Amino acid sequence: MPPERNRTETGQPGQGKAVMVRADGVTKTFGRGASMVTALDRVSLSINENEFLTLLGPSGCGKTTLLRLIAGFELPDAGQILLDGQEIGHLPPYQRPVNTVFQSYALFPHMSVARNIGFGLEMQGRPASEVAQTTARMLALVRMEDMADRRTDQLSGGQQQRVALARALAPHPKVLLLDEPLSALDLKLRKNMQIELKRLQNETGITFIFVTHDQEEALTMSDRIAVMSAGRILQVGTPKEIYHRPSSRFVADFIGDINIFAATLEKTGPDGATVTLPGGGKAVAQVHAAGVVPGPVSVAIRPEDMHLTAAEDKSAAIRGRIGNVVYFGSGNNVHVTLADGTEVIVRSNEAGAVDSPVGIAFSPGKLQVLED
Amino acid sequence: MTDLSASTVADNLARARRISESTARRRRLQLLMPALIVIGIFGLFPLTITATYSFLSPGTYGGVRWEFSTDAYVQFLFQRDIFDDTLSFSDSYLRIIGRSVGLAFVTTIGALILGFPTAYFIASKPPNQRNLWLFLITLPFWTNLLIRTYAILLIIRDEGLINFALVGSGLRSTPLNILYTDPAVFIGLIYSYLPFMVLPLYASLEKLDFKLVEAAYDLYATRLQVLRRVIIPLARPGIVAGCILVFIPGLGAYITPTLLGGGKKLMMGNMIAEQFGASRNWPFGSAAALILMTVVMLALVVYVRNSGQGGRRHG
Ligand SMILES: Nc1ncnc2c1ncn2[C@@H]1O[C@H](COP(=O)(O)OP(=O)(O)OP(=O)(O)O)[C@@H](O)[C@H]1O
Ligand SMILES: [Mg+2]
Repeated sequence: MPPERNRTETGQPGQGKAVMVRADGVTKTFGRGASMVTALDRVSLSINENEFLTLLGPSGCGKTTLLRLIAGFELPDAGQILLDGQEIGHLPPYQRPVNTVFQSYALFPHMSVARNIGFGLEMQGRPASEVAQTTARMLALVRMEDMADRRTDQLSGGQQQRVALARALAPHPKVLLLDEPLSALDLKLRKNMQIELKRLQNETGITFIFVTHDQEEALTMSDRIAVMSAGRILQVGTPKEIYHRPSSRFVADFIGDINIFAATLEKTGPDGATVTLPGGGKAVAQVHAAGVVPGPVSVAIRPEDMHLTAAEDKSAAIRGRIGNVVYFGSGNNVHVTLADGTEVIVRSNEAGAVDSPVGIAFSPGKLQVLED
Repeated sequence: MTDLSASTVADNLARARRISESTARRRRLQLLMPALIVIGIFGLFPLTITATYSFLSPGTYGGVRWEFSTDAYVQFLFQRDIFDDTLSFSDSYLRIIGRSVGLAFVTTIGALILGFPTAYFIASKPPNQRNLWLFLITLPFWTNLLIRTYAILLIIRDEGLINFALVGSGLRSTPLNILYTDPAVFIGLIYSYLPFMVLPLYASLEKLDFKLVEAAYDLYATRLQVLRRVIIPLARPGIVAGCILVFIPGLGAYITPTLLGGGKKLMMGNMIAEQFGASRNWPFGSAAALILMTVVMLALVVYVRNSGQGGRRHG
């Protein structure tokens, strides 16, 4: 469940803010002939100034490839990449005001922490005094002042991560690319670094493009999330939009637990669509996708948007028998098997006896019709 | 009582640990023994003979007379007048050392310049292709050095392949004289020792994390800066090893300068060999060999110490 945040609900970029990065129909393939892989398929995406955008998707969907194209390590086969309004798709990495935090950190093992952080500035030909000053400021920013002269292989994973971050931030790039920077850290450190990253982004005002395949991380950190699958961007939106109004079955399934079942759409009206659920009950579902017509559809609802009722209760939309009850700390996941065999998971504080009949009621406005 | 037994236990433990440590040390020494025996028999023993001979007098028909003499070392720096026995300084042997060091040095640099891109190329190939390339690099070793050197001779001589092409195509009217010149020796040495440069370079470049190169590019380093600031410092152990492996055999090279240099201008290897052959001055040959060895060792100590510091500074 994503935390409540004060931010606009729209997935559209550019409400007053300038677009910093724009990908326009970007396609990238690897290999030739039979072994050709389309890593990115006509990807278009706009990222605002000072935005924290997360690329989220399963392994192999093209997240790293998109970052590498923005950084300049790969060149697009087709399409354009614009940075601050300028086409940069053909520039080498050292001419792009974009820096990367690598998943493996890629710290220079033959340099001290301070030299690592100052490397970018040094290569830009900044005067030594400025390099020293900025390095000191960056060390303070990531709270590594005591470690300036350490060798990088004498650092813990979290410390290396912060040096990598400071090194990438030191030249003050327009855009910072982060490819799963937290995946090597243990859970607790990871939570701390998530907060740290948000703090750094606020303090520096730099646009962050962040890659993860951890959906919880994406939901807690991002201003907007772009969900990718098989080289395409399926949906872009705020964490709330993505979580509560997934446009497609893939997005719904990928983020959080969700129950998806077959239903029949009767008619659409101003309050939503009337659908017939398994077992014959009727409910009103939200439609976000265009072009949904009456007939068989998939509907979805999150486990926390439902509650158990007595089997005969009139508010129950569907009915079934309790199967498993899985306790997970702050509540139970109650698995309910419907008459047609569909399994539905309901989050509930109380758990009924196994095999007893129950009803399931939906919180209003939470049932979604999915685009298949 | 409990105190006593506790300290006894601790003592026993400490003793046991000492014993196991010394056992481990002995084990490690045992691993070293075979190599030590080989070096002892085939390295130290001949070295002792050489050192002894260098302080004896030459026999008339080769060999030595068992009379103590430092003549061999004196002869290296001074010339004895045949008539009045006075010594005058002569740099002719120093020159030969100088020539040898110079040629070995140029060969080393040449091999480094040729070998580095080669090693980098192989290291950047997908792992399953690297072995093939390495195999190709070591392919020349399958043929005897003498035969390979003769092959070069056939290629670069006046009637050889190169001149056949040059004259035949009308680029030159007369053949280009390469054989029996310094460049010929240089070509031969580079060819012979290039694999010794490529292999250690490859070994350290192969360990190089390519992400570091990308990171440097990302941080505004140009190609040249990436090479200078990241790749070369990280490949330093390989560069040091490769240079040593080319420089030392290059300094004492015998076959290549003899065949391709025509033995006109001597190098250390030829000069030493000559003392045991035509010149029949074994003590002088021994002394020259020891002097060469000392030069190599001094150069090595200086070189390794300098690059070692670099290595430590850079991690
Ligand atoms: N250099 C390459 N050569 C060939 N195929 C590649 C190359 N780089 C990526 N691919 C392919 O492109 C597709 C996308 O890869 P990419 O690394 O962008 O995925 P990803 O979303 O970052 O995955 P992960 O979450 O596992 O890091 C994959 O099918 C991958 O096999
Ligand atoms: Mg990736």
